[in-house]
Amino acid sequence: MSFISLLWVLLLGSLLGLELIGKVPPTLHTPLMSGANAISGITMLAALTLIVKAEGNVPLLIIGSVSLGFALFNVVGGFFVTDRMLAMFSRKPSNKK
Amino acid sequence: MNLPVIIKFVIDLLAVLLLALGIKGLSKVKSARDANRLAAFAMSLSVVGLLSYYLGTSGIAIQSWIWIIIGSILGSLFGAILAKKVPMTSMPETVALFNGCGGMSSLLVALGVAIFPISGGQENLDFFRTLINEVSISVSIFVGAITFTGSIVAMAKLQGWLSTPGWTQSKVRHFVNIVFAVASLIAFFDLINGNTSSIWLLVIVSSLLGIGVTLPIGGADMPVVISLLNSYSGIAAAAAGFVVDSQLLIVAGAMVGAAGLILTQVMCKGMNRSLVSVLFGGSLSAQSTASSGSGEYTNITSCSVEECALTLEAANKVIIVPGYGLAVAQAQHTLREVTKKLEQTGIEVVYAIHPVAGRMPGHMNVLLAEADVPYEQLKEMDVVNPDFPATDVVLVLGANDVVNPQAKNDSSSPLYGMPVLDVQEARTVFVIKRGMSAGYSGIKNDLFDLPNTSMVFGDAKKVLNDLIGELKDLGVGEK
Repeated sequence: MSFISLLWVLLLGSLLGLELIGKVPPTLHTPLMSGANAISGITMLAALTLIVKAEGNVPLLIIGSVSLGFALFNVVGGFFVTDRMLAMFSRKPSNKK
Repeated sequence: MNLPVIIKFVIDLLAVLLLALGIKGLSKVKSARDANRLAAFAMSLSVVGLLSYYLGTSGIAIQSWIWIIIGSILGSLFGAILAKKVPMTSMPETVALFNGCGGMSSLLVALGVAIFPISGGQENLDFFRTLINEVSISVSIFVGAITFTGSIVAMAKLQGWLSTPGWTQSKVRHFVNIVFAVASLIAFFDLINGNTSSIWLLVIVSSLLGIGVTLPIGGADMPVVISLLNSYSGIAAAAAGFVVDSQLLIVAGAMVGAAGLILTQVMCKGMNRSLVSVLFGGSLSAQSTASSGSGEYTNITSCSVEECALTLEAANKVIIVPGYGLAVAQAQHTLREVTKKLEQTGIEVVYAIHPVAGRMPGHMNVLLAEADVPYEQLKEMDVVNPDFPATDVVLVLGANDVVNPQAKNDSSSPLYGMPVLDVQEARTVFVIKRGMSAGYSGIKNDLFDLPNTSMVFGDAKKVLNDLIGELKDLGVGEK
């Protein structure tokens, strides 16, 4: 991938992010923040790449593994906690009717 | 293009699409839960895509597998345990902690690549490409470090482990932070010039910058800071994407970065604060000591739980204003019992939710939902404000700044202009509060001095329990 096309990817990704969140009810601010936060743990892919490409370089393997751990802590914890919050909302209407 | 490349391309494309749909869906109540799961699915899909690509091309060494498994099991396990165990009241600090770890991950990746350049294709890089590598490594380290230390400080402050040190409120802090920022810039250029050892300087000063910027910010503004740091961790991920040459990382990182920025702005609007004043203005309470708004209370009326119960019994319409104090006292469930009794007698009960009730926008909705309060009874500020004049009784539970009329009447108040609930318009206001201490902003609340306001002193949970007893004695809610 050339650098220029990566820049395009960056630009379009940012624009997409700006467009995605238009009007959010305040109710959802916390879950949305928490969900987006889980997605930012996508660096786990970078950590994985690092480990795969480390080729037996033990210090690098360790750094990659720690990095992967941090990222997955972010991802798994983030999605679970978001789900816990949202479960409380979605339960309501079904109880009522 | 060979097969593994094509497969990875298709999977990445699908993952980006699903992530975008996930973020989109998270901003609507109905679709939010499914959207969250969709995003989680997209993330796992992206891992499968990456691993299958390497399996199909270079292969993955056993040693790599071992470290992958160790890292993922430990990280996922701790993440899942914390997510399951943490009480709903400490949601903001939990998000901050997760976020900081995401930043740490980006930092470590960049650090690893910088110290041990990845083999394969690296030898024949031209000057331009090397420059880009170094810039993206530096950005990743810089933003990652700020995200990490900033989030940890934010978490510690919300947990109450860390208070705002006095010196951070003086102007000196700007000078200190400028020194850190300039030092990071020097390290940044030094690194690009090929001086690899300055990477440690960059790590240290950007970490210090994260601490220096977050430490002076008052607790009331913390949600905004966490949201902003969340946006940073997206940027850090995108930068890490440049480091390891992954479009998926760049798209997802950029998306979270931009979405986080928008969310930060929305939150600022809800709290009537500008991002600049949040970041550089210091904490609200420090400003308020100098403002004319502070002072002694002159006209406090306190009353007993019994009086409160009698007034409630005679009411037709009651509005509850819950605040963080309610959540701290763990009194949501007791409150729900009180309102159930009132409803059974035919009294209309509504909860008025200020956009920033709790510690984070939407936090209070989560807490009340936990106590089985029907979603339809939660009214947003703009909807409920016109109803106050036709309301008999308002119960303010552990809320303070969001019901301060100063925000409307006193232009010298630091709260001035913040949207508030017009509770003083109601016939009677009961404020259930431990004592006369100030609210989160540290500002005196003019509401307490008004003639139609009565204070019921005590722990929210205990007062509510007593209230249930009194209501029972009055025969309210018994059929």
